[in-house]
Amino acid sequence: MAVLTEAPAPVRAAPAPPRRHTHRVNRPSSWYLLPAVVFFGVFAALPLVLVLYLSLTDWTGVGTPAFIGIDNWTRLFGNDAIWDVTWTTLLLTVLCWVTQTPLSILLGVWAAGPQRNRAVLSALFFLPLLLSTAAIAMLFLRFFDPYLGVGRTLEPFRNILGTTSGAITAIVIMVGWQFVPFHTLLYQAAARNIPKVLYDAATVDGAGRWHMFWYVTLPQLKNTIITSSTIMIVGSLTYFETIFLLTNGGPGTSTRTLPLEMYFRSFRQYEFGYASTIASVLVIVATSISLIIVKFSGFAKMRSTLEGL
Amino acid sequence: MVPQRLPRRSFLGLLGAGVGAGIVGCGTDATSSGGGGGNFQVWVLQEESQNVAHNVAIDAFNKSSDVKARLVPSPNDGYTDKLHVSMGSANKPDVFYNWGGGSIRTYARDDLLVDLTPYFDKDKAWKDKFLPSVLDAGKIDDKYYGVPARGMQPIILFYNKAVFSDLGVEPPKTWTELMTIVDKAKAGGIIPFALAGGDPWTELVWPEYLVDRVGGPEVFNNIAAGKKDAWKDPAITKSVDMIRDLVQRGGFGDSFASVRWDGAGASTLIAQGKAAMHLMGSWEYTNQVTDQPEYAKTNLGFTDFPTVDGGKGDPKAIVGNPTNYFSVSKDSKNVDAAVDFLKKEMASTAYVDAWLKAGDVPAVTGLDARMDKAVDPKFAKLVYDMVNDAPTFQLSWDQAVEKAQAQPMLDALSKVFLGQLDAAGFVKANEDAA
Repeated sequence: MAVLTEAPAPVRAAPAPPRRHTHRVNRPSSWYLLPAVVFFGVFAALPLVLVLYLSLTDWTGVGTPAFIGIDNWTRLFGNDAIWDVTWTTLLLTVLCWVTQTPLSILLGVWAAGPQRNRAVLSALFFLPLLLSTAAIAMLFLRFFDPYLGVGRTLEPFRNILGTTSGAITAIVIMVGWQFVPFHTLLYQAAARNIPKVLYDAATVDGAGRWHMFWYVTLPQLKNTIITSSTIMIVGSLTYFETIFLLTNGGPGTSTRTLPLEMYFRSFRQYEFGYASTIASVLVIVATSISLIIVKFSGFAKMRSTLEGL
Repeated sequence: MVPQRLPRRSFLGLLGAGVGAGIVGCGTDATSSGGGGGNFQVWVLQEESQNVAHNVAIDAFNKSSDVKARLVPSPNDGYTDKLHVSMGSANKPDVFYNWGGGSIRTYARDDLLVDLTPYFDKDKAWKDKFLPSVLDAGKIDDKYYGVPARGMQPIILFYNKAVFSDLGVEPPKTWTELMTIVDKAKAGGIIPFALAGGDPWTELVWPEYLVDRVGGPEVFNNIAAGKKDAWKDPAITKSVDMIRDLVQRGGFGDSFASVRWDGAGASTLIAQGKAAMHLMGSWEYTNQVTDQPEYAKTNLGFTDFPTVDGGKGDPKAIVGNPTNYFSVSKDSKNVDAAVDFLKKEMASTAYVDAWLKAGDVPAVTGLDARMDKAVDPKFAKLVYDMVNDAPTFQLSWDQAVEKAQAQPMLDALSKVFLGQLDAAGFVKANEDAA
């Protein structure tokens, strides 16, 4: 907003009153915000505060939480296992982003085109979006079974859930299969919005397919890439049911992520205070990462990729 | 946790997390007054086929009693959470279903439960109606807090008869014989033991039996009681070494860690003759009867866990899930009526027959003559004799220890099976959690 309102000022002294007038017309009353604010307050902000409080207590889920100060926090950072868990979480996040983003962009740009059979094939690609995570996990569990599934004939898949690298690969494959369609949809919509004149101009300049994709399509998709990446990264940090159902954090503890650790600590071990500490860390990490993305991508300025057209 | 071991355990467990979270807010609904005013509640799991027996008991009791019993069924997966929350509130159940051991130890120690020892002492005839090993498995700090309420589920060594005859071997009597079979099976391209290693509780049956055979029941009793350095017992180290040896020999094939219990991966392997043996609870038999009836009828064999040379344990001792128990909460307004209910009904002919018909073998003495009432008399007799002859019946370790220690124990054990942890590491991981 700042950019749009300040830019004209030095050019010509526009009369102040009309601007304020425009201002009033464009901005609805703040009261419109109320339902959203109340909803956010009750279901997001308040629980967040309560979790922060619980992270300072010792609580089995029954009775009154006993206040123990920062004991849970010192215990958390003094625990080697938590670093393994954090490392696994970050590794999965990076792997998911690295595999899903290129796939989604390519599929999305392709699906935005006018080819024959495109509609039919896109519809097929979107099918995984209709399935629940639990159903998908059960499906992949059978698929990866070493004796009854694909591993029977395909050697590299045989013990895939039984090794650390294999289990991580399996999760990346399954999560990708599940979420690539969603991000493809984002890119498809964005690619459809790229004005045809840009491609016409590129054609005139003698650009080939590859150059058009690299110098026109990709820059035009910048904002979508940022949105999609934020969703993907924050989503990957909090994947729970996928991993819980597919590997249960195994083999051993090699695919145990922060959300799983949180669940095991609370509902299996009844250490709700310590689990709340993990939850708080997750909130802090996820928020920081999305803030960093927004900050360094210039997303906050909301610059349109269509400026000048 | 008997029913949770059935398929879909983890899937429903996930739903359970949601249910558990929802329960906190509704501790007072439907369950009303904690049993005041001439009735008391009996909390059980919501299992249609199983509650037939519970209803038989309640109807019989209510006919002759002024204080009425009322059945309050809850879904399996939210049950322990619901119980946990209500035990901390003013709305405690009067009589409730539990797994003994770790599932009620904190309540017993917080003095929330009626100590049933004096009642048993006063009424020897009542006490003698239950199999002693099962009754004792429910003891906490040497006191009785539970009355056996339903079927027994010992861990049994299952084997495929066809595979055994192909290999030319007999069911193993000793650990050495077992190792010979393992080597022969491997040489014949057969996986010696089916194992759903993706779910570490299936691996727990191994240290449970081995520690008992090597060091006797005291070793784990000390652990469950929370005694200092209990995990450092040499029997633990020896058992873990034996397990590591078995894994390294290929005793479970090389892909066991990819097999999950859900989907019956392990059970299918032995039924199809790809694996020779399966060390699993008696529920494995029920599953095979349903899923692989042909195999269950012809080739399903079962035997005791072998002895270990030089071991201190009794070769007849067993491990598994002794039974489920009914406990009475101290706060109940009708403690006398509740205990009376357990006295009159838990070993009654009608109640026992209802269980036999449902496929369970209750922990009641003198059942030999009534085995023909069971769905499968042959198997019922095996389970019954096994428990009847057993000097001790060790409750599954994950149920016996404190909640906070069970998960670290399972984590450490699965790392032992994966070869990531040796005996010293296993002991240390458990000592750290204890």
